[in-house]
Amino acid sequence: MTLAKLNDTNRFLIFAAIILLMPIWMIPLGGAYPDLLQKFAIYGIFAIGFNILFGLTGYLSFGHAAFLGVGSYAAVWSFKLFTMNAIPAIIFGVLFAGLLAFIIGFLSLRRTGIYFSILTLAFAQMSYNLAYSVLTPITNGETGLQLSQQDPRIIDSMFVEAGAGLPSTNLFGLKMSGFEGFYFCAVMLILCYYISMRIFRSPFGLMLRGIKSNQNRMMYTGLNTRPYMLTAFVISGMYAGLAGSLLAVTDPLAGAERMQWTASGEVVLMTILGGVGTLAGPMLGAGLIKYFENIFSAFNNQTLTEIFSFLPDAAVEVVVPIVGLFVGSGWHLTLGLLFVVIVIFLPGGIVEGMSRLAGLFRRKDQENMNGTASPQDQPGE
Amino acid sequence: MMSDLVLHLDNIQKNFGGLAALSDVNLHVEEGTTHAIIGPNGAGKSTLLNVCIGRLKPDAGKVTFDGQELTGRAPHEIAQIGVARVFQTPEIFPEMSLLENVMLPAFSKRDGSFAFNAHNMLSKQNEIRDEAEHILEDVGLQEMMMQEAGSLSRGDKRRLELGMCLILRPRLLLLDEPTAGMSRHDTNRTIDLLKKIKSRGMTKVIIEHDMHVVFSLADKVSVLARGAIIAGGKPEEVREDQRVKEAYLGGAH
Repeated sequence: MTLAKLNDTNRFLIFAAIILLMPIWMIPLGGAYPDLLQKFAIYGIFAIGFNILFGLTGYLSFGHAAFLGVGSYAAVWSFKLFTMNAIPAIIFGVLFAGLLAFIIGFLSLRRTGIYFSILTLAFAQMSYNLAYSVLTPITNGETGLQLSQQDPRIIDSMFVEAGAGLPSTNLFGLKMSGFEGFYFCAVMLILCYYISMRIFRSPFGLMLRGIKSNQNRMMYTGLNTRPYMLTAFVISGMYAGLAGSLLAVTDPLAGAERMQWTASGEVVLMTILGGVGTLAGPMLGAGLIKYFENIFSAFNNQTLTEIFSFLPDAAVEVVVPIVGLFVGSGWHLTLGLLFVVIVIFLPGGIVEGMSRLAGLFRRKDQENMNGTASPQDQPGE
Repeated sequence: MMSDLVLHLDNIQKNFGGLAALSDVNLHVEEGTTHAIIGPNGAGKSTLLNVCIGRLKPDAGKVTFDGQELTGRAPHEIAQIGVARVFQTPEIFPEMSLLENVMLPAFSKRDGSFAFNAHNMLSKQNEIRDEAEHILEDVGLQEMMMQEAGSLSRGDKRRLELGMCLILRPRLLLLDEPTAGMSRHDTNRTIDLLKKIKSRGMTKVIIEHDMHVVFSLADKVSVLARGAIIAGGKPEEVREDQRVKEAYLGGAH
């Protein structure tokens, strides 16, 4: 049985199991610490949401970081004004991101193709600059929005006296740090995956794919494409808002740099790397990029020397400086090369690569089978 | 007995730059009939259809269907009124299966202006699926139901597009050279199919070069040349018309 043959329920269960067991199977990969895992989950949500827009409708937004940023700001304000509980924070994050997505989407969706991308980019950069300048009373400008002792926290202060230090985020008393924090994000990710799967398998999803495939035909069969596009845009903005608020749950501060265009570009990379329009691809892409960013960037010449210690000393002296260019602060170089290779040879991303590999194995299996057993003896599956 | 006129094109004018594509077109089509528009290349036939479905806005004149004005409406509104079109180059969804290709227009029609249907499951849309399978049977593509539409031959793509229009149950079907590029065998199959649809009381406007198709299907024929209707009537009458012969010869040489 191969992954392609699985039905959605099984696929979903496997996905959930893989995510929940991450703290175990990430150990050999050196990434089993909660902060990194949390990042995987959060950026996974960001990428899955982005894929609902880009993967289904083909509309490439270069401004999704704006929604990520707004989600963070809204969550931190919820911590400041109401409570340190994570639930209201993510609700506010999602709502405000949805609202901003509605406005930006309404204006940007008047154009298609490159003009749409440029409009979203322009709006996101505008949001970024506003956060830095005019909106300083709300965003606290360059310093970024942080918690402080003087915050009212109306709901919390009704129940408990404010302690001495800064309070930390929680989920009804459960502290949102370490593995508890990861599992909170993981559950959110699984929920997001489920919603995205349902959208992919719904008439709505089919219509969005229709818009990507042939927008003219959709219009001439009687579909008003604008409200559907706007819905997809808002849903995907809300995913970004959720990701942004979860970032704030992990670490309750929000800065304008989260809204910069590089962050928008990153989610595009994640989606393409993993596989545009596939369910699990964007999540894989997000994981890969975050892994590179956190693990590869930590490699230095000393670690490399240890890795290559099996080589003769003279060879180590040659190899280490060369490989050193691609790790440590040079990890962007490796990522860039990987991206180029994938776009040229695997336009369907990692997911296409995996299904090609699976296809190879299947063929080998069949050859082996044919060698030993007659067709009638083969199992039904 | 005259049936009611249902489609009216009054004084349609359309210029591209300084060039008059349609100078003054008047056309009236009876309900339930097949009306063919013939004419030499560049006569403005496709432009006329584009005006009907809202792809182009005429510079002057108006199009009305069943008392509703079509000019100035968005394409999706015109489609919801019940006007469907088969294009000259098949407009299909090449990456999707034939079944999805035919199901999609049914969703477009049902939830056209907006209905939140993201919580439904595609696999539970049995009514639309059954209907789509029926239509695919009608157009003779049911065996290839799960195949990708992009892999079809040109003739099959056209039949698929026809199926995509039929599931909309249009009241007016506009066909832009539905048999162009088809083999004789496929052409005859398409003619049979279009005859079968005729019995459902749909009004059809058909643009065609192939006189065999025109004379097998059309109740009325109008001849368009240099942006104006120069002759019209029953197919036999038009065939003998001197002006028509000149227009065709003039266009060919």
